[in-house]
This record gives sequence, C-alpha cells and structure tokens, in this order.
Amino acid sequence: MQFFFEVLIGGLLSGVMYSLVALGFVLIFKASGVFNFAQGAMVFFAALSLVGFMEHGAPLWLAFILAFVVMTLFGIATEKFVLRKMVNQPPIALFMATIGLSFFIDGFAPLLWGNEVRALDIGLVDEPIPWILDNWNMVISKFDLFAAGLALALVALLALFFQYTRIGRALRAVADDHQAALSIGIPLQHIWALVWAVAGFVALVAGMLWGSRNGVQFALTFTALKALPVLILGGFTSVPGAIVGGLIIGASEKLAEIYIPPVMAGWFGGNFGGIEGWFPYVMALLFLLVRPEGLFGEKHIDRV
Amino acid sequence: MFYRETGQFKTSYAADQQIFPIRQDRIGIVLLLAFAFLALPLFASNYWFNAILIPFLIFALAALGLNILTGYAGQLSLGSAAFMAVGAYAAYNFQVRVDGMPVLLSFILAGMTAAGVGILFGLPSLRIKGFYLAVATLAAQFFIVWCLTKFPYLSNNSSSGVISVPNVEILGFKFDTPQSRYLLVLTIVSVLALLAKNMVRSTTGRAWMAVRDMDVAAEVIGIRLMRTKLLAFAVSSFYCGVAGALYAFCYLGSVEPDGFSLDLSFKILFMIIVGGVGSILGSFLGAAFILLLPIFLDIALPALSELLGLPFGSATVSHIQLMIFGALIMFFLIVEPHGLARLWQIGKEKLRLWPFPH
Amino acid sequence: MARQIGEVILDLKNISLRFGGVKALTDISFNVREHEIRAIIGPNGAGKSSMLNVINGVYHPQEGEIIFRGEHRKDMNTHEAAAAGFARTFQNIALFKGMSVLDNLMTGRNLKMKSNFLQHALWWGPAKREELEHRRKVEEVVDFLEIEHIRKTPVGRLPYGLQKRVELGRALAAEPSILLLDEPMAGMNVEEKQDMCRFILDVNDQLGTTIVLIEHDMGVVMDISDRVVVLDYGKKIGDGEPDEVKNNPEVIAAYLGTQH
Repeated sequence: MQFFFEVLIGGLLSGVMYSLVALGFVLIFKASGVFNFAQGAMVFFAALSLVGFMEHGAPLWLAFILAFVVMTLFGIATEKFVLRKMVNQPPIALFMATIGLSFFIDGFAPLLWGNEVRALDIGLVDEPIPWILDNWNMVISKFDLFAAGLALALVALLALFFQYTRIGRALRAVADDHQAALSIGIPLQHIWALVWAVAGFVALVAGMLWGSRNGVQFALTFTALKALPVLILGGFTSVPGAIVGGLIIGASEKLAEIYIPPVMAGWFGGNFGGIEGWFPYVMALLFLLVRPEGLFGEKHIDRV
Repeated sequence: MFYRETGQFKTSYAADQQIFPIRQDRIGIVLLLAFAFLALPLFASNYWFNAILIPFLIFALAALGLNILTGYAGQLSLGSAAFMAVGAYAAYNFQVRVDGMPVLLSFILAGMTAAGVGILFGLPSLRIKGFYLAVATLAAQFFIVWCLTKFPYLSNNSSSGVISVPNVEILGFKFDTPQSRYLLVLTIVSVLALLAKNMVRSTTGRAWMAVRDMDVAAEVIGIRLMRTKLLAFAVSSFYCGVAGALYAFCYLGSVEPDGFSLDLSFKILFMIIVGGVGSILGSFLGAAFILLLPIFLDIALPALSELLGLPFGSATVSHIQLMIFGALIMFFLIVEPHGLARLWQIGKEKLRLWPFPH
Repeated sequence: MARQIGEVILDLKNISLRFGGVKALTDISFNVREHEIRAIIGPNGAGKSSMLNVINGVYHPQEGEIIFRGEHRKDMNTHEAAAAGFARTFQNIALFKGMSVLDNLMTGRNLKMKSNFLQHALWWGPAKREELEHRRKVEEVVDFLEIEHIRKTPVGRLPYGLQKRVELGRALAAEPSILLLDEPMAGMNVEEKQDMCRFILDVNDQLGTTIVLIEHDMGVVMDISDRVVVLDYGKKIGDGEPDEVKNNPEVIAAYLGTQH
C-alpha cells in the first residue's frame, strides 16, 4: 500500500508538469483558436536559450529574463509572419502550420545554441525528502515537490492575471468573440502576440524544470506529446481542465506502468513495459467516448 | 496554343464525366504512363529505382490514403505510419504463416487488415471532431507501434520486432531486380490511384466531401455519417496498409516497428499539404517534392557551405533541413493552401488562354 | 393544372422542446396538408427554425408526437426524415462549399443511389449507369432553376443569391414530397426575391410538392402561402389563412407591440 501511494504521489507530481505544458496550449487556444502543436518545441527552445545564456556567464535570474525576451520576440515574430497571414483559414490549417513551426524550431534552436545534451543546474537536487522517508517510509522527491509547487504558483498567478488585469479582460474578450472584441477597440494582434509571449513564459518555466531534471535536449520537444492527452481529457479551453487532467494523466500513467505490464506478461509472456507512450492517449480516448466534451468542456449544440 | 478544348463538344453526359474530359490531357496521361512503364525501366539506373522511383511511388500511395481521409473526408489523421506498419506486418505474417500464399493476395489481405484496424481507430470520429480526433489518431500511432514491438508473435519471434521479408515471387517470376520491383510497384500504385479517382468522383466521394464541408447538412439529406466516416477510415487505411506492405517487400526488405514513427506520419501529412489536400494528383506531386527535397539539400547545402567558406557539419545540415521543411509547410499553408496541385491547375488555365489572355 | 389541396399529411401534436433550462418550443400543434404552402412566421427567437429542426429530426422534442402519412412517431432521425421524403434548406446556407454545383445537386440524390463503393471504385455496371441516370435528373433541376452557366463552378465562389438557389436545387434534386425552406429569401434584393417566389410557386404547382416555409417578408408570406402559423416565444399564437392571421389581435400585438 505504501508503494502504491508512493507511485501515486510521484505520478501526481509529474502530472503537474504535464499540466504546465498543457497550460501553454490552453492559453493560445483560448485566445486565438490556434491549437499550437509547437508548444513542445517552444519548451525545448526556451530551455536551450536559458542554458545558452548561462553558458555565456549569465546568472540564472538574468538568463531567465533574457530567455523570456527571446521567447517574447519569437512569439511576436510568429504572430507577424505566420498567424497574421493565415487569418480566415480553417483552424485545421493553422494547426498544420504549427506542426511546421515545430519542425522549424527543432532545427533553429540547436542551430542557434548547439546540439549537445546539457545539464541545467537550478540549485535543486533530485533526492528524497528525509522527513517523509523517516516517518512514512516513502520516497518523495524534493525536486518534484518544488516543481509542482512552482507550477501551481504559476497557474494561480495566471488565473489572477486573467481575472483581474485589464489585459486579462481583453484576452478573455478576444477568446470569447474575435470580431466583437475588435469592434470595441481591442488590438487583436497585440493581444495575440502577448498570448504567445505568455505561452513562451510558461514554456520557459516548463523547460527549466524538465531540463534541469532530464538534461536540456531534443527530447524536451516530446513534452508536447505528454500534454496532448491531458488536453483531450481536460478540454482545450479550460485552465482547471488542464490542471485536473494533468494530475489524472500523471497519476494513472505511473500506476498503469507499474501494475499493467506484469498482468499482461502473465497472460502473454514477455516484457510489456513502456506503456506510458500510449496509455494516456487510450485512456483519454475512452473517456471521450463517454463524455465527448471533456471534463470541463461545455456541451456544444449545433445550430442550423 | 496547343492546349485548347475548342471544338471538343460533349454530346453525352458520359463524355462529360470522363476523368480527363480534355483531349490533350488524355494524350498527356497516356504519354506519361508509357514513359513510366516502357521508357524508365530501360534507362533508369539502380540508384534511381531504389532511392527515388520506388520510394516515391510507395509514399505517393500512402499520401493518397491519407488524402482520402483528410483531404476528401475531412478527418485529420496523425497516424498514417501506424497503418502502414499494420500493412507491412500483416503481409509478412500472411506470407510466413500461410503456405503457398500468393504475394498479391497477401498484399490485399494486408490492406484489409489495416482497414479493419483503421475502422477500430476511426470509431471515435463518430463522437469527436477536429483537433480532438487528430489527437485521438495519435493513440493509434503509439499503440500500434508499441504492440508490434512487444508482441513477439507479430514479428515471428524476432528480436525487438525486426522483420526480414521473403523475396517477392508471382507465378514463378522472381522480382529480384530493382527494375522488376519498380514495375510491380508502379502497376499496383497505378491501379489503386485509378480506383481512388473513381471513388472520389462518384457517390462515395461526394458523401465524403459532403461530410467534410458540412456534416449537419449531409445528415439532413440522408447521408449516414457513421458509415461514410468509417468507410473513409477503412479505404484510407487500406491504401496506407498496401503502401506499408510495399514499403517492406519492395523497398526496404527489412523493417522494424520504430521505422513507422510519428515522424513518418508527419512526413506523409506534409506530402498532402504541399501536394494538395483533396487531390489525387497532389498526393503524387507532394510525395515527389518531400522525397526529393532532402536529396537536393544534401547535395546543395555542403556545396553552399564550401562556396561561403563555412564548414557545415552533418548535424548542421540536418538542422537546416528541419528548418526548411518547417518553413516550407508554413509557406505553402499561407501562400497556396491547395498546394502544388492547384498551381498545376492554374498553370493549365493560363495555358488554355495563352498566348492571348485577353 | 390547378393544384388540389389534399388531406393532412403531417400532423404535429403538442410538441415541446427544451435545451437544458431553455424552453424553445412549448406545446405546439399544427398540421400540414398535402400540396399546400404552409408558412411559419414569428419574431426573432420565436422558435421557427427549431420547429423545422424538429420536423426533420435534427432536434428531438421532449414531448409531443409527429404523425406523418398516418405513422405515429415520437421523433424522427434525420435519415428517416430524408428517406420519408423531407428535404430542406437552411437559414445560413449549408451547401458543400468545396464541391461544384453539379456535385452538390448530385449529393441531393444520394438516397436514390444503390450502388456501393466497390462498384464506384471499379466504375462498373450500376455505378456508371446510376451516375448517368442521376446526372440526367439533376440537369432537369439545373434547367428548372436556370443555373446552367454555373454548373461546374465551386459553390464557395458563387454570390449569395445564387447559393440560395443552388441550395433549393439540392433539396429539389431529392424529389421530396415535403420541402422545408428556412428563410429562402433572407438577404435578397427585390429581383432575387421575385425569382425565388416564382421557383417556389412553380415547384408547388408543377411538381405538387408540399412546402413548409419560414419567412420574414410579410408581403411574400401573405401572397404565396395557403395557411400561416404564428409563433412567439416558443408558443403558437395564431393559425389560419393569411387574412385571418393578419387580423388576429395577438399576432398584431406580437409584431407591433401593445400597451398593456
């Protein structure tokens, strides 16, 4: 039972990281209706920039700010050169464009910062918390706990930002109805650029955390693939959905990885590890068959 | 001047409904086929067969499959490579496990197996649409590749799922030269392309496009959404499955599950974006473009680096390739969302008026 | 040929439709006779389109009964409705934008085609024969609506008025026994409206098709319809011949507003 809880908590903590990447998707989707497949590549790009600036001697805080500037510039460029030119195209075309964008970044980022895998030290170690180990005999990583805390803080911050600032209100207005927002004088293109910058910020935090844990490398771009099932589960437009979805996916994926392969091996013989790659997708899919609008999505009625 | 339909009057609906209603087009396609079937086998080198012509035809077939689903029926799929994998492994198993199984029959059965799997993964499309569905097709991508790696039965107990296919032999004739394999692939792809064209210009294709353009209206005029979507998944997966079988049997000879990765799925998606979504011709143009581009860049980039006096490493070349790929996709989506096929069409329209456009 | 208005073929009884807590239709009953032109009018949001959607099965009412040619149903599904001879047009044009006019019309005949996809793929026997037969039928519709010149144009490129006409054509191609038209003249200029009126009257007169239509242009409604039902806030407030309805105080109140 102890082991079960250990896995469960570990899963929940890594689920928070999934939520963080999913959050980047949700922000952009809500504000501009673009399903940004390049979010994972942005995580990679942000982490590489961070590590790159640090290698040039910048301390962490400065490197963080510089990397944020890079991501903002990137967001503005994306808005100006890609999205603005694709207004009036169907959403699916925009989605495919972001797949292209993701390829572009995958080539561009290492070209700019170099190709090799690098360690990123943000002053945190991945070791069990002694107090929990002593009292409950469970291994809960300090690093995971901190990362989860940071992610939650970020989510809370964004929620406040959207709820109470003028820009946040404008953003929600744009999300609700582009044309109406435009007609009351909200500068649509600025808002979009801003959203991409915020998504860049989220990517930067995610990249920093994932990067310092697993090394800054190309594999970071696959974080997008971790976040996608979270999105189908939680709904593309719901911030709480991204968080709860992330937790559910994180926990169930880790539990499944522990408990399912032995059962399968019992049936068929052989080694059935590595189900993490597809399990979240199949789970999200089965969930959708029961509830097509997702956890927090609204039921949609077609008007004809 | 030469490309005119003046004087070609259609006196029956049958004449008006031909695949190529304009006489010059009919002559063109006959010449093209004659070139592909008769001239190329005589002149092309083994390099051309193995590295360009055979993979081009196979990818064009896979792109055609994806185009049926995405371009015609409007259901975006990111899992085409997985259906190719199903085809490749199914064909292998039919060959290895059934004595005296004819190769062509095992290709067809492989396609049908892929179609079955396609229907299974197409079921969610009845309840979800758009991005949700696109993400759901990733489930197929990851799950299928995982299954092929983990169930030893599927690869006849070979380690980590690698299979080496037997040689292709039909009615005692051994397809052991690149030239003969090229002709086999060309024949299969030509026939399947013709069948696809027939489907998309008849009730089946119209139902697909109706569902794509406006599903509520399609339902109201009596089109059954479930049947139409699942048929699109089945036919599309059949094409991808046969492409996968050819990929293993006529191109690589030995394949592993990881070869059918998400990257390959994306590559096929890029082919239809660049070539033309919802166009049979586009599938071929896109496949040629996406296949030739890296070959071209492999030659051009080092030459360029020498010219500039900057030494590019091979990693740099591959990064630049990624950037160019990505940029091209965005470029096509922005400038010509209907791809090369539309450019070709526009070119023909211009030619009809040339040299007096006014 | 003088048309003869026949028996009741469609009878709607006590239809109620809710979306969550919102009542779109409350206890509505009315009937449609064979060969007549039946109009549904009412202010915006009165539930007119919902009514059409109930008739051909896009929406399923929580209460009520639909009797069509003597058959009792709680509701229909769209496929049954299409097979039973209902065809319709939509308020916001719902054509297949990527297809040509001909293909759109051919799609209207899909229920009459029996060949399967394998025959299509091989372009063999019944598939080829059907394609020609139905093309002939579709060309009759093309002639009737005077859209010969745009046969092969993709629908998305046509101006609004023509799109409306093509949509009518797609419905006609199905050779329906009841035609449901949702604001067929909305957004048209006077000339286009006249054309559309002529088509509707001709369809009714020459083909004997029963027509249920929603329209805001009172002049048109009063001119062409045989009977009118008036909805307001999801309730029926009037039903009868145009003159009757015109003088109904409740109807006048709903349209002009009254002082209470």
